[in-house]
Amino acid sequence: MEQATKYKNIIEVALLTSGRPLAIDELQRLFEEQVERSTIRMLLDEIKNDWSKKSLDLVSVANGYRFEANLIFSDSLMRLSPDRVINYSRAVLEVLAIVAYRQPVTRGDIEKIRGVSQNPNTLRQLIEREWVEIIGQKEVPGRPSLYATTKYFLDDFGLESLTQLPDISESENKILTEPINDSSKMNTAKEINDK
Amino acid sequence: MSNDTQNNILNNAKLYGESVTKLPQDLYIPPDALEVYLDSFQGPLDLLLYLIKKNNIDILDIPMANLTIQYMEYVEKMKQIKLELAADYLLMSAMLIEIKSRMLLPPIDDANEEELDPRAELVKKLIEYELMKTAAQELGNIPQVGKDRWIAQGYFEKVIEPKSFPDVSIEELFSAWKNVIKRAGQFETHKIDRSELSVREHMSIILKRLQDDKLVLFESFFRKEKDPVQKLVVCFLAILELTKENLIKINQQESCSPIYIQRANN
Repeated sequence: MEQATKYKNIIEVALLTSGRPLAIDELQRLFEEQVERSTIRMLLDEIKNDWSKKSLDLVSVANGYRFEANLIFSDSLMRLSPDRVINYSRAVLEVLAIVAYRQPVTRGDIEKIRGVSQNPNTLRQLIEREWVEIIGQKEVPGRPSLYATTKYFLDDFGLESLTQLPDISESENKILTEPINDSSKMNTAKEINDK
Repeated sequence: MSNDTQNNILNNAKLYGESVTKLPQDLYIPPDALEVYLDSFQGPLDLLLYLIKKNNIDILDIPMANLTIQYMEYVEKMKQIKLELAADYLLMSAMLIEIKSRMLLPPIDDANEEELDPRAELVKKLIEYELMKTAAQELGNIPQVGKDRWIAQGYFEKVIEPKSFPDVSIEELFSAWKNVIKRAGQFETHKIDRSELSVREHMSIILKRLQDDKLVLFESFFRKEKDPVQKLVVCFLAILELTKENLIKINQQESCSPIYIQRANN
């Protein structure tokens, strides 16, 4: 048990000081001896438990594990540095949502969904933030760039993978069904959905 | 809209400097709010969705005529304010009119092809856009790093531990020093300068001495123990030169006897 405490402390201090998320194979490198991934995972669970009564949460994101402030403290922390807060415009968030949910997409795809010509600044802002990157070219005339979200995007939103994005299928049903009152319209809805 | 708010708008409303006294019946957005709304719409789809919601229209059964009229009036106003924005909106107008006209045509009686509602494409677009709008809102609600998500940043300064120094005996140090000296000797350079000694100068010196002493022993010009070789050579050259110029004479009584030097004019 003595050993386990030592291991836990080593993992904890590494996570607290690394300044970036650490993956399990990185955490394994902390030890001279071979420590199983399952052991590390178990120790991480224990650390998470130990900290659950305190101000920091141990969370798992795309690039590994990291400590972050419990979200209940966000408001207080924001008061400390109000200039720090970057609020993106609706346009930027819409483009980000389209890239996140419909990736990989071209600029044309984004314009088609939004029904408006694209301001190049919005995509550039997202690329500069390292939330969006070009992952290749679509093999169509003009070879337009294909955009996708990065691992940093997931990290910054506290997500492990794209599957953890908010589920919008429910909203889809809501849009389709809510204003519908009689069954004849239901059929139209189904028809459109099938197309 | 309640009567109170309507009156309020009519009292304050000004469009292009002229006060608006009558609320247009076909416009659901107060005219004075136009400029404010303009920037808040993300595009024609956004505007259409707004009109659909305002009118409580079923998205799957859009009354094309009504919607198109409302939309066009809105775009007309918009064109006057911000022309460059209007292009995307005008494209949508064309699309709405096209859909409307296709709906007026009698359906093609073709059993093979299922009749498609001309509005289907637009509805699909509207739904996809509405979906992405919702997604954007949901994304915006997720705490983000840089906004309302804070990462713990413990600090760790990498310090390179000084290693303990090895012991050195005085003998080792001495032998190392000797090696340095030895090696330094191998790198010593020899510099060869042009002699600064002038034969002429020495000729003068010799003549001066012969002025005082009439007869001077040849060896006495060379003080081997004090002068460097170069100087001795120059001195000898000077004596030969003086002899050649007949300014001095070199005498020897017999072989192996002392050699004397004297001035020639004596």
